[in-house]
Amino acid sequence: MSKATSSPTRSIAAHGVLILYTVIALFPVIVILINSFKNRQAIFRSPLSLPGPESFSLIGYQTVLKQGDFLLYFENSLIVTVVSIVLVLLFGAMAAFALSEYRFRGNTLMGLYLALGIMIPIRLGTVAILQLMVASGLVNTLTSLILVYTAQGLPLAVFILSEFMKQVSDDLKNAGRIDGLSEYRIFFRLVLPLVRPSMATVAVFTMIPIWNDLWFPLILAPAESTKTVTLGAQMFIGQFVTNWNAVLAALSLAILPVLILYLIFSRQLIRGITAGAVK
Amino acid sequence: MAGKKPIRWHIAVFLAPAVLIYTAIMILPLFGTLELSLFHSSPDGRTFVGLDNFRTLFGDPRWAASFWNALANNTWFFIIHMLVQNPVGILLAALLSHPKLRFRAFYRTAIFVPTILSFVIVGFVWKLILSPLWGVAPSLLDLFGLKALFSPWLGKEEYALTALGLVSVWQFVGIPMMLIYAALLSIPDEIIEAAEIDGITGVAQFWKIKLRLILPSIGIISILTFVGNFNAFDLIYSAQGALAGPNFSTDILGTFLYRTFFGFQLQIGDPNMGATIASMMFFIILVGVCLYLFAIQRRLRRYQF
Repeated sequence: MSKATSSPTRSIAAHGVLILYTVIALFPVIVILINSFKNRQAIFRSPLSLPGPESFSLIGYQTVLKQGDFLLYFENSLIVTVVSIVLVLLFGAMAAFALSEYRFRGNTLMGLYLALGIMIPIRLGTVAILQLMVASGLVNTLTSLILVYTAQGLPLAVFILSEFMKQVSDDLKNAGRIDGLSEYRIFFRLVLPLVRPSMATVAVFTMIPIWNDLWFPLILAPAESTKTVTLGAQMFIGQFVTNWNAVLAALSLAILPVLILYLIFSRQLIRGITAGAVK
Repeated sequence: MAGKKPIRWHIAVFLAPAVLIYTAIMILPLFGTLELSLFHSSPDGRTFVGLDNFRTLFGDPRWAASFWNALANNTWFFIIHMLVQNPVGILLAALLSHPKLRFRAFYRTAIFVPTILSFVIVGFVWKLILSPLWGVAPSLLDLFGLKALFSPWLGKEEYALTALGLVSVWQFVGIPMMLIYAALLSIPDEIIEAAEIDGITGVAQFWKIKLRLILPSIGIISILTFVGNFNAFDLIYSAQGALAGPNFSTDILGTFLYRTFFGFQLQIGDPNMGATIASMMFFIILVGVCLYLFAIQRRLRRYQF
């Protein structure tokens, strides 16, 4: 054990920086959450104090719950996000494996073709996408969102996963081939488990833009029954701009489910990362 | 050589689903848009006008001024991210990856929280916090005796864009942090042990050994930041609206495209001019990505562990 790595000053400095940044990261969220439980006077008089017996109020939540169907929006967002992630990870890993493992004519070209999508804002194709969805009768369905988000997530997934798959040892795969494993088995049994940490990373990066997207729900699926949380919150807040209680409560309701989902999911994520990367 | 190799069907099977979905939903509509920029729409149908729309964008002083303003703002937005977001992300990842750090999971989880929030939430949250009406920011600065520094940043032309850039950094710092963190964890123990035997530890170890090994990840992060920033739209839209106020000082290419495409106030939406701006964004991003792929990525050495 070297002295430098266990020096207490260094460790205190590291914790100092991390705590400072943690405060910066969490402070705005906490301010919104605590103020959503206060009455209007308290919100303005002392925004940084916790709700006390006098200032406690649920009036904002009452307004919000009377108005919007947040449970349904949440369910829609969840379905769209989960299905899209599964498709992106499965199809993306398959394509990344083909590109990083085999030499075939057109390999580089195919890689560039798929990488092209990383830089294309899929919004640029919105008009044509809308025409396509109208033509196939998918407007105002969750399927249209899932298709768009799968297409949107694939390029980055292929790009990152093939970077990682290049690092999987060739000896291992060749040993599998000598043992008579088919290429499919080598992919599913040998390679996929080894790149699992990077899959978790890709899943998070894929999830965020999908969950947070406002544009496509607004254009492809604005119907009441297919609204996502982001769209629902945006419309709601737009209506209640001057009602601070309602706005704070709506923000809190939009934050809390994601936060809970994230806390559950992050354990999987951390386990995924540590399973492969930590020795 | 004994005849032709058999066709390797598994390659096609592995590639087919991704390529099909990607082509149908992303590539074909994109070309549809590029095509649209060469046409002019009228109630009678559309007519081919060649590069006239581009001539309008650069030739008409009104259009050109808006375009260059948006491009300059967008560039500054990107510079803020490169100077603040990525170094901070690397620093946090380096601290987190220290093998004996306690509460690691807590820090990692907490710092990533802003990244999971939607632009709608982030835009409104910061708008409320920076609002002079509410007074969270002034009373917070007061705690440090810095109340005099407060000004309504989002409402001032000279600060608004920088303020929003920093809000965006606040939101996204978790992404470079996680990518670098994963890269740092994948550095094998043997290399670190060898460095320690040679007496290279702590900060020197980071600069001399780890940083070199994670350069490919830093390259990926830089290009992702570039692409993300030049597609940005949502944060500006939720905080400042489609007009990207005050006085267009926060207008970036995304908001400019939106206004042109869907119209605002008295101006009617113009899909063809919108497609023209979208095409320009496409070319700008294409140049950046080519630069990365052909100039930067090739020079990075890759290590197989």
